[in-house]
Amino acid sequence: MATEAAVDHSHWSPLLGRLWLDAIPQEPIVLATFVVVVLGGIAMVGALTYFKLWSYLWKEWFTSVDHKKIGIMYMVLGLVMFLRGFADAVMMRIQQSMAFNGNEGYLNAHHYDQIFTAHGVIMIFFVAMPFVTGLMNYLVPLQIGARDVSFPFLNNFSFWMTTAGAVLVMMSLFIGEFAQTGWLAYPPLSNLAYSPWVGVDYYIWALQIAGVGTLLSGVNLICTIVKMRAPGMTMMRMPIFTWTSLCTNILIVAAFPVLTAVMTMLSVDRYLGFNFFSNDFGGSPMMYVNLIWIWGHPEVYILILPLFGVFSEVTSTFSGKRLFGYSSMVYATLVITILSYLVWLHHFFTMGSGASVNSFFGITTMVISIPTGAKLFNWLFTMYRGRIRYELPMMWTIAFMLTFTVGGMTGVLLAVPPADFVLHNSLFLIAHFHNVIIGGVLFGLFAAINFWWPKAFGFKLNQFWGKVSFWLWVPGFWVAFMPLYVLGLMGVTRRMRVFDDPSLQIWFIIAGIGAAMIAGGIGAMLVQFAVSIWKREELKEETGDPWNGRTLEWSTSSPPPEYNFAFTPIVHDIDAWEDMKRCGVQRPTSGFRPIHMPKGTGTGVILAALSTICGFAMIWYIWWLAAISFAGIIGYAIFHTFNYKRDYHIPVETVEATEAARTRQLAAAGA
Amino acid sequence: MHPLESRLNPPGRSSGPSRFLNLRALSALALAGSLAACNTVVLDPAGDVARQQGDLVVISTLLMLLIVVPVMSAVAIFAWRYRASNKDARYEPDWDHSTQLELLIWTAPLLIIICLGAVTWVSTHLLDPYRSIGRIDARTAVAADARPLQVEVVALDWKWLFIYPEQGIATVNELVVPTGRPLQFKITSSSVMNSFYVPAMAGQIYAMPGMETRLHAVMNEPGKFVGLSANYSGAGFSNMRFAAHSVSEDQFAKWVGKVKASPMQPGPIGEAADDPLKNAPPPRPVGGNLDRAAYLELEKPSEKVQVIRYSSVAPDLYDAIVDMCVEPGKMCSSEMMAIDARGGLGKAGIRNVSMLEYDKNGRAEGSKATANPNDAVRKELAWVRALCRQIPGAAPDGTIKAPADMRSLNGAGLAAPQSIGLGDERAAPAARTSPVEHISLNSRN
Repeated sequence: MATEAAVDHSHWSPLLGRLWLDAIPQEPIVLATFVVVVLGGIAMVGALTYFKLWSYLWKEWFTSVDHKKIGIMYMVLGLVMFLRGFADAVMMRIQQSMAFNGNEGYLNAHHYDQIFTAHGVIMIFFVAMPFVTGLMNYLVPLQIGARDVSFPFLNNFSFWMTTAGAVLVMMSLFIGEFAQTGWLAYPPLSNLAYSPWVGVDYYIWALQIAGVGTLLSGVNLICTIVKMRAPGMTMMRMPIFTWTSLCTNILIVAAFPVLTAVMTMLSVDRYLGFNFFSNDFGGSPMMYVNLIWIWGHPEVYILILPLFGVFSEVTSTFSGKRLFGYSSMVYATLVITILSYLVWLHHFFTMGSGASVNSFFGITTMVISIPTGAKLFNWLFTMYRGRIRYELPMMWTIAFMLTFTVGGMTGVLLAVPPADFVLHNSLFLIAHFHNVIIGGVLFGLFAAINFWWPKAFGFKLNQFWGKVSFWLWVPGFWVAFMPLYVLGLMGVTRRMRVFDDPSLQIWFIIAGIGAAMIAGGIGAMLVQFAVSIWKREELKEETGDPWNGRTLEWSTSSPPPEYNFAFTPIVHDIDAWEDMKRCGVQRPTSGFRPIHMPKGTGTGVILAALSTICGFAMIWYIWWLAAISFAGIIGYAIFHTFNYKRDYHIPVETVEATEAARTRQLAAAGA
Repeated sequence: MHPLESRLNPPGRSSGPSRFLNLRALSALALAGSLAACNTVVLDPAGDVARQQGDLVVISTLLMLLIVVPVMSAVAIFAWRYRASNKDARYEPDWDHSTQLELLIWTAPLLIIICLGAVTWVSTHLLDPYRSIGRIDARTAVAADARPLQVEVVALDWKWLFIYPEQGIATVNELVVPTGRPLQFKITSSSVMNSFYVPAMAGQIYAMPGMETRLHAVMNEPGKFVGLSANYSGAGFSNMRFAAHSVSEDQFAKWVGKVKASPMQPGPIGEAADDPLKNAPPPRPVGGNLDRAAYLELEKPSEKVQVIRYSSVAPDLYDAIVDMCVEPGKMCSSEMMAIDARGGLGKAGIRNVSMLEYDKNGRAEGSKATANPNDAVRKELAWVRALCRQIPGAAPDGTIKAPADMRSLNGAGLAAPQSIGLGDERAAPAARTSPVEHISLNSRN
């Protein structure tokens, strides 16, 4: 057993705060990871320097306010963090398939408890959120015929704030520790009395800083969708992905302030001796649990709604058919948006609320399954009398429809309070939410990546490795999580590090095999990306419309020019591009005018870097540094307001040249 | 195999054709087939409450399968039939609306949810953990004069303390209950949130510091079962398990006698936990009388604690734990609330601050300061107690009594919609002659 946590961490000095040599983890696994990451980091920095890529990255990417580039950067962030979060998952699977018959496994409590906390935090905040935000960032302006989002600089700033949060989480691996509280850090456990060192502080500041980014990005996308649609695109002619994005961002704007508030309350409890959630002076941990789930439940719909949009687009495109029941789809989305605020208590039926309260929240939860079911039927009837082409995005969609239905069913089951009493906090619950998050969010993302990759980069993804990945991922998911359903019915609960009953071991080993299959799936996906980039000339996609698409993003070139559309399109139908193709609308080839565009700025990077420093200083009680960096944030933000050189015009010659090249490209592709 | 009748039916009701009857038979077969290999305690528990909860899992699943199976089959069928290479299938690229279908896709799930909602409402009230149980099993009602066995449960870091107030004994990590007797648990925690869960007995409920939750249950079969904390509570959480024994009344009485006679047991009581204070408890004997001092010693974090038996227990200990004033010199939270209810003490109340600190800045640090209250503090406390005259633990009992007759909860007496013909033919006319007894479903207050 670890005596590691018995190390006295009470050291404090004015210069370095709590930061001292004891902040370097002693665990060999972490040290080895640290060495690998440091070597990898040095190699990467060296390569970037050798190939003189720093200035390219800085000018073309980091400081860019182009929504397409920011969208891609979000996806890269999500992918990197996904590998970290998945590594955590694998470590848990190995520990749990070992720790029987008195075997303590290879992880002590201090390490294991950090891993399951980090896995949850990373997968939700720094994988799913960046993926979803990146997707919306890339697609929404293209789908509504806009040239960028409403507030391009804010978009860049949002991305870097999210990244700053991710950086803090990654730092906690090597400097100090991460929270050992579970991903929602329930007090009193997360209070200073029971989590005295830096783990929970890393958690708080990572979430607070990333939360700023998420909230601002939500505001930005709402404004974009409400104000910047192409002429003719009424609300009821918006592509369904744009609709779901709108609802998601409304949820973000309404829910994330609650998270910010509850994190602030937890911080003042920890930093200033307040008693919102402490055991002292009448503080109430139950209030924290309520508040965090008032954010937390809408959060799961924030994650899944855009992917519902993706599935709608994919199903309709690959069935070669209009989406069945467009308006019913829109209303279903709106109903889900509203209902997602009325169900939070189902996460803690076991807290002892009255039967009437529990029934109310149980029934509202079940009611959400009605619009969700309606959506599934709509996809089903979109396939009905269609001509379904089984490209990778459609394969992921079918896998989603079969997987998610099971996850939805177990979810409704958990909404029956007395059933929840026996399944709450069990591995059945774990299986349920992985069933909907992997089966819904991740499968949707994979569909989206395969669907829109040609749009973003101008070449298709390799089919063979995509199929390898698909056939490893989907069965791998079932092998990994079905045993957890069984274990839940055997009364096994979550977050356990060691087990008594040896008859459970076989199920954990099966789950571990599933995790290995998923690892293969992830590997195949990385190979798919690499092979496709390698053979991009063969996979080249000239038309801009490789799938016979239906919405406006397919009307422009792949990748789209910086300004997206030389002329703002005019919309007459829900499937605007399909309508244009049908009516034989010709691409304009003359009459171009200079295009007014926003200019890149490094302010986002600088403010986020200062925020990272400020968060780090607060975590380690380095008060002077926190004060200086906070003043720096405010000062630089004010300084930025005096920057009047925020826009420029793309000269008409450039536009003409770009469009002429496009005309030649199309002619060549058509020939 | 337990008898095939709805678990929601109260005992004594003539078992008319239950709507769930066939479903349950089917489910038993399906689940027995797929899960025969493993011990799925949730679906086949030893306690009646857990059994009803497990049955609900099955009933709800079957209700949902009514729609899930057709949907999944349709996905598979449509995916196959309308593949691009099948040129025989009809292709209607512009077909995107059908009012009939729209009606179907909204109402079909709605109907299922209405059924499930009704099941939820009734079962949530019947199986409310705060409600005393109305039946021992499907055939036996609780006798009118039956008194439940009371057990007070305290989740400690990282072990469980069980106090038997009537017997005047206490144990650590060992729960012994008589088979077939109603049980009433009062549950709290000393430091952080836990969840009290004996899967074979009944569903879980949180154990929270400064608060009390309730659980009513019964064990129907003798045996040794696993109990655990289902809510993560820190480093020693994984080993926070205890054995729950269900024994006959005789054996229970014998066991109580044995505990009452049990001598001090040699320490150490377990592995010292990762204690930031580094002063692990010295191996001193445990057991004997569980008074406040012994409790404060026991409360310190420790892991993998073996069974400890206390032959006697301070009678007010549990109430003091819930009131967060076991330590000498602490003000009870009920006293604090009484003062606050009278408008607080204004600036004069600042004098109380140290008396109110429970775990701020580390529990042990706080206890040091108040371990030996000086005269000033004593005077202060006496003054506070004189001011509010609150008796710790005298809060109103939140238990809800199980209704004597649960017929109306099952819809007995309500005329079934005859046109659909789902009604129980024999029950309906009987109900018309006898007046329906209405039972309030309002809980807590």
